Amino acid sequence: MCNCGSKDVLTPQIGVVTEIRTETSDVKTFRIEKPEGGMVFDFMPGQCAMLSAPGMGEAIFSITSSPTTKDYMEFSIKRCGEITECLHAMEVGQQIAIRGPYGKSFPVTTDALKHKDLIFIAGGIGLAPLHSVIDYMLAKREDYGSIDVVYGARSKEDFVDYKELSEVWPQEKNTKVHLTIDRAQEGWTGNVGFVPQFLKDLKFTPDKTVLLCGPPIMIKLCLAALIEMGFEKTQVYTTLEFRMKCGVGKCGRCNVGNKYVCKDGPVFRCDEIDELPDEY
Amino acid sequence: MQKIAELIKKEAESLLKEKKVTAVLAWQPGEFYYDNSPAYFTSLEQLDKLVYNEFCPANLSKYLMTGSKKKETMAIFAKPCDTYGINQLIKDHRVKRELITVIGIPCSGMIDIKKIKAQGVKGIISVAVEGEKVIVKTAYGEKTFNKTDILLAKCMSCKGSDYMIADKELGEKMEVKCQKLDPLAGVTKLEAMTSKERFAFWQEELSKCIRCNACRDICPACSCEQCIFDNQEAAVAGKASANTAEEQMFHIIRAYHVAGRCVGCGECARVCPQGIQLGLLNTKFSKDISMFYGKYQPGADTDSKAPLVDYKFDDVEPTISAKGGR
Amino acid sequence: MLKINKAKWLELFAALSAQGTLYVPANVDDKVDFTIWQNATEVDLQATQTAKSIKNIFFPQVENLLDFKTDGLKLSVEQRMLPEEATIAFGVRGCDVRSFEVLDKVFLKDPVDTFYKARRENCTIVSLACSAPDETCFCGTFAIDATNPGGDVTTWLVGDELFWQANTDKGSQLTEKVKTLLVEGDAAEVAAQQKATKEIMAKMPLADFKIAAKIPAEQEKVFNSTVWQQLSGTCLSCCACTYVCPTCHCYDVRDFEVDNKVERFRCWDSCMCKDFTKMAAVNPRVSRLERFRQRYMHKLVYFPENNEGTFACVGCGRCLQKCPVNLNIVKVAKALEVAKDV
Repeated sequence: MCNCGSKDVLTPQIGVVTEIRTETSDVKTFRIEKPEGGMVFDFMPGQCAMLSAPGMGEAIFSITSSPTTKDYMEFSIKRCGEITECLHAMEVGQQIAIRGPYGKSFPVTTDALKHKDLIFIAGGIGLAPLHSVIDYMLAKREDYGSIDVVYGARSKEDFVDYKELSEVWPQEKNTKVHLTIDRAQEGWTGNVGFVPQFLKDLKFTPDKTVLLCGPPIMIKLCLAALIEMGFEKTQVYTTLEFRMKCGVGKCGRCNVGNKYVCKDGPVFRCDEIDELPDEY
Repeated sequence: MQKIAELIKKEAESLLKEKKVTAVLAWQPGEFYYDNSPAYFTSLEQLDKLVYNEFCPANLSKYLMTGSKKKETMAIFAKPCDTYGINQLIKDHRVKRELITVIGIPCSGMIDIKKIKAQGVKGIISVAVEGEKVIVKTAYGEKTFNKTDILLAKCMSCKGSDYMIADKELGEKMEVKCQKLDPLAGVTKLEAMTSKERFAFWQEELSKCIRCNACRDICPACSCEQCIFDNQEAAVAGKASANTAEEQMFHIIRAYHVAGRCVGCGECARVCPQGIQLGLLNTKFSKDISMFYGKYQPGADTDSKAPLVDYKFDDVEPTISAKGGR
Repeated sequence: MLKINKAKWLELFAALSAQGTLYVPANVDDKVDFTIWQNATEVDLQATQTAKSIKNIFFPQVENLLDFKTDGLKLSVEQRMLPEEATIAFGVRGCDVRSFEVLDKVFLKDPVDTFYKARRENCTIVSLACSAPDETCFCGTFAIDATNPGGDVTTWLVGDELFWQANTDKGSQLTEKVKTLLVEGDAAEVAAQQKATKEIMAKMPLADFKIAAKIPAEQEKVFNSTVWQQLSGTCLSCCACTYVCPTCHCYDVRDFEVDNKVERFRCWDSCMCKDFTKMAAVNPRVSRLERFRQRYMHKLVYFPENNEGTFACVGCGRCLQKCPVNLNIVKVAKALEVAKDV
């Protein structure tokens, strides 16, 4: 065993997969606990963890569950490469190597979000980091203002956590969920169209604070729509996606300008992103 | 060389002025006279930075790929040895003949700065080449070399002053004046070793490798869009591994991959920061190919069939190669 | 000040190597590099520069971090032992001594890299002052005094005498161990050499090379300069510069399956590599220009911004010597300086 008394920053802990839910054709949600139960480590909403597929390597993922759920951590993972392919092949009871938490969280404990009216905007798997924030806020409902969740997916089948967002969240106090899909499909009575237009149609007043997450192109277009609607960039928080290896601001991979996305992000306020060189 | 440099400048000027090409490939000076870099020249203003002297060893042919990819016309100033690489790239469909203008430029051999430095020369302030003499002024004094003593290894086994491809030739052809090295000398030595000795030799040579990939990146035969050693998903991704096996794999696979296409330009060995005798592997392969299939020089033309991709009934049987090609 | 005559160096090296693994600049196959000293090692104290930097003794090119073992659904992680062996780095030039400070700013910053820290703490650095700088040297640009290189012990080679001065507790402890070999020396001899060396330095082609203040200051303009196009055009995208550089510290973490276990190792990586930032769907730096720019922006702008103005370059000149196509940080900084759009 290690002779250092403490673990190296790159050495993961062991977690065990206690539940796997198939969300869509390419997204699964994994529940991970310490072998003796409970969260593997404490974290705040928006922070990430490195998950290992031994033999294949590590990749960083947003923690989907809220830290208020002390019993476990959840990760909604889209299959899109070698490592995620391996993770998707995991079974319940299997142990996994995990380290973290990494990065800055959404500022849920500060006045930036506290007692504010909030809009969550997500596209596809982009709901993952926001899911943690939403659950966290719903657990501390009195601390936050109104919550609007605007979520777009390719089709009805591509919504992650469909049951929760169609049945659970709308029941919460002062909480609305607005769903949209890219193309009309049978049995869908909700909105059809892309998120940026849907935002404009929903006519949000620009006094709210926005948390935005999704594919880069969606982020760009939504931000443009929000600005058109009168929002300032300082009112919008988003996350950047970058390849990472160490997670602790050393290996250099996620360096953009003087920032390391793993340590200084992944959550950025949109005006902070403007100060970075245009390569993210 | 100064005269040729003037001719090159004039030629580059007319090519750019008449808009015959969008870019001209040549060399530009560095800090110390001996450290010229390859460069693209796209405007007339840049041309005052164009140089040609005894320190322009880089084979520019591979840079033609970027132009061909973008369907842009390019002119290249090519020394006789560089023209082999150009032909090979055309043959491998990496460079489009109709998009390039090849201007042959004579060369009397390039100087190896490492050979000068190996003589304990440091603090170089200036280098002057006067005929066959090379005068190196340093902060510690002056030293004069015979050019023949400090030529690049690849120039000492120069293939000759003929251009394998050229739309135009500048100046008079020149010869490399030196005691020619037998290009096969290294291979003969290798072949004389027992297999155990040979294994030990390569193990030692290849263990010096730091996996910088410079050999691959300069090689005109290494023209894959995506090298397998850069491919994350190939499970052989070419970074240093837990033992030295991977270095050996990299060089051996690379040698096999360029077999029959390696033009013998010697750039791999020249650019290796670790001084590994990389060309040896390729030279051995070239020698064996010529022995089995008849004399063949990759890059000598653009249309002959390369022996390794051309099947004939009287081809040598595979069992022969089991004897180590001897 | 102490000193030791050439006749006794062999004894000195033997005595030092009894204290720990001793790394010395040595000539192997016509190339000077840091090598573990053994009795027959041809120590070369004349070479201005080793071919590669010595960073690998703290940050090895490849290092195993941990092992995974699977047993059915069970997984175990075993971290590799932290290095415990004492090491002595002998003959380190001023530029390389400074490079350790740059690396420290990365690896010793919270959260600490325990592997690096262990190696760093286990090492005693015996520096060697420069007396014959090369034209590729520009440590002066970063206010490094090559004639007084620092480390735990500083040595100066004057004729056949090696002058010796301990600078730290660690250095004094090492000095104690070899004290019987050392005799009193005249500091004036060292001072005379320092003066002469500085005069030579002033004659070097890069003596006046300064990194223009506008490079770190005008980040956006520098980033968008048209100069990058020209500069990066003929870069081969190989990693030679990165791997010989004493301050480059990017790494990759990879797994390797061997004998029914998985070894996780880290290895040097380079931001010049095509796949460095490649993700499953996108790559934020697809072109060579972007990757080339990143390396220099990091050294000249981003790193100083995060580290009180310290550049991630120490002027050792290795990239000037090793780049296959002679592109290097001096060329880049000079081109940016004269660029109209910066």
